[in-house]
Amino acid sequence: MPKFNALHLVLPAVWVGLLSTIAPVHAEETVHLYNWNDYFAENTLEEFQKKTGIRPVLDLYDNNDVLEAKLFAGSSGYDVVFPTARPFGARQIKAGLYQPLDKSKLPGLDQLDPAVMASLKELDPDNAHLVPYLLGTTGLGINVAKVKAALGPDAAIDTWAILFDPAQAAKLKSCGISILDDATEAFAAALAWLGKDPNSRVSDDLDAAAKALKDARKSIRYFHSSQYISDLANGDLCVAHGYSGDILQARSRAEEAAKGVTVSFQIPREGAVLATDVVAIPKDAPNPAAAHAFIAYLLEPAVIADITNHVKYANANPAATPLVAEAVRTDPGIYPTEAVRQKFIVLKTPSDKQLRDLNRRWTRIKAER
Amino acid sequence: MHKLLAKLRLRDRHLARLVNIGAPYLWLGLFFLLPFAIVLHISLAETALAQPPYTSLWEWVDDGILQIRLNLQNFSTVFHDELYLAAFLNSLGVALVGTVLCLLIGYPMAYAIATAPERWRVVLLMLIILPFWTSFLIRVYAWISILKPNGLLNHLLMGLGVIDAPLTLLHTQTAIYIGVVYSYLPFMILPLYANLTRLDFSLLEAAADLGCRPFKAFLKVTLPLSLPGLVAGSMLVFIPVVGEFVIPDLLGGPDNLMIGNMLWTEFFGNKDWPLAAALTLSLLGLLVAPFVLMQRLERRIEGEPS
Repeated sequence: MPKFNALHLVLPAVWVGLLSTIAPVHAEETVHLYNWNDYFAENTLEEFQKKTGIRPVLDLYDNNDVLEAKLFAGSSGYDVVFPTARPFGARQIKAGLYQPLDKSKLPGLDQLDPAVMASLKELDPDNAHLVPYLLGTTGLGINVAKVKAALGPDAAIDTWAILFDPAQAAKLKSCGISILDDATEAFAAALAWLGKDPNSRVSDDLDAAAKALKDARKSIRYFHSSQYISDLANGDLCVAHGYSGDILQARSRAEEAAKGVTVSFQIPREGAVLATDVVAIPKDAPNPAAAHAFIAYLLEPAVIADITNHVKYANANPAATPLVAEAVRTDPGIYPTEAVRQKFIVLKTPSDKQLRDLNRRWTRIKAER
Repeated sequence: MHKLLAKLRLRDRHLARLVNIGAPYLWLGLFFLLPFAIVLHISLAETALAQPPYTSLWEWVDDGILQIRLNLQNFSTVFHDELYLAAFLNSLGVALVGTVLCLLIGYPMAYAIATAPERWRVVLLMLIILPFWTSFLIRVYAWISILKPNGLLNHLLMGLGVIDAPLTLLHTQTAIYIGVVYSYLPFMILPLYANLTRLDFSLLEAAADLGCRPFKAFLKVTLPLSLPGLVAGSMLVFIPVVGEFVIPDLLGGPDNLMIGNMLWTEFFGNKDWPLAAALTLSLLGLLVAPFVLMQRLERRIEGEPS
């Protein structure tokens, strides 16, 4: 055996690593962001750094639960986070995880859509902690050609029946169905399909919804909150229960790839969950001043319009709407018509006990037990 | 003066011994006992909507009375809910099958490397170790693009005309086994190789001289002598696979319930740290028993005069 000591190789690397983590602290100010995957425009962060000199550091998640676990553990090290307002933001405010905003540093705040602000006041009195970021719905991503081939050319695709009618789901099984790995979303969809209150916590309603999900379970390929984006775009999935912007991004990717995959986003006629994602500053944020600077930057109409163009989610800033590309502004999947809006489901925050019950049912459904 | 120096030297030696013995104990205390105590503490608490999301076990009530509340509910939930038992049994099953597969593939490979010419051995060993230079997560991710319906494997098989329609491989138990065997095979090969290179091959010649056929010689000589490597390799595969999370999460389907995924759900989905902690401790308890048994077996084998 040749004489070789791995330490000789490793130690210098360790030192270089340590030095590089220490050095930039003095060199420049940073703001640590924790956001959903694919949730900024391509140049959002670059422009912010050019404008303010603050270097943004971005980490990604695809699931509210992951963000919430980090916030509850404490000392997450993040300055700005992007939770979904209901039920997550509401619960996190109750647990005291966010610091109140200094509104004098957020000049664009009063321009935001009063209806959205009023709706957020229900869970955040005086809009003290949360700033609306983007609005989306949860619907169905459909590979039109494959679904029509399986169900017939006249089959309706704007309905939850595609997931919950066992006969239809069985026909789609081989080409692939995915459901969001989120108990609240899945139960809301099943309850809407059954024609019941999507916020119902009555045991009988939940039993019925669980049965619908269990029946559908046999035909479902996986439960995941982001994998469907690429699978839908590649033609590896036929039907995905997912977030509007994610499905519309899959549609764009499929168009760019030009491999003959056509993805369509459908808001089911029985009703779909309307979600508001918000911006907030954790209580223990290391750099709240930079966090405020970043939120103020997101409140600029041109910035948020650019983000909407890129990620295909509507924003809550009416001043930005004229700056949004016409194709995006007139897309009913992004800016839905009034008739569709009437059917939107606004989730209520379950109590801890209800959440536990919901999650236990969800684990059983997923495990098919 | 002389006496004093001698005394000092004696004290130095005591100190040195203390440091020598103390260091591993300190290490164990700091990185095993302390985390264990924290997990035990959490497992006896109750969930709370706060940061951190569990209650404190003790509280000073007035007049200097320390009130301690221990919540044993979590442990009773773990043992009364058949979902956890099912996940645990499935984890054990996957680990057992994975270990046997690793053994069946790994033993011949280790044997081949150990008996290869000296200059080839280093190259062959490097080939086993090389994949470690890529992150484990990325290697498991790579299997997704190999196994998916439109993936490499299906394209290859359909191109060769072996199959007409894509096979469903991803999100199945088979995919988990592929991931487990791929990821853990080196942990089986390396201890076996280390053991087999020390094997005295003149023993096999002696067996042959005495009229023993090669296969019987393998069973009577090689296999028993390589048992310590076999046991070490099996433990290195079995134990981490029981708690494996990444492979079933990325390659498995939702019905391939393993204990790692259950822990994830309790921790992230339910934000129930106490139950997750109780589950961890129960798992530890259930795993320690066979581990101790295996270690005893190993000691007995090593203790045998060779």
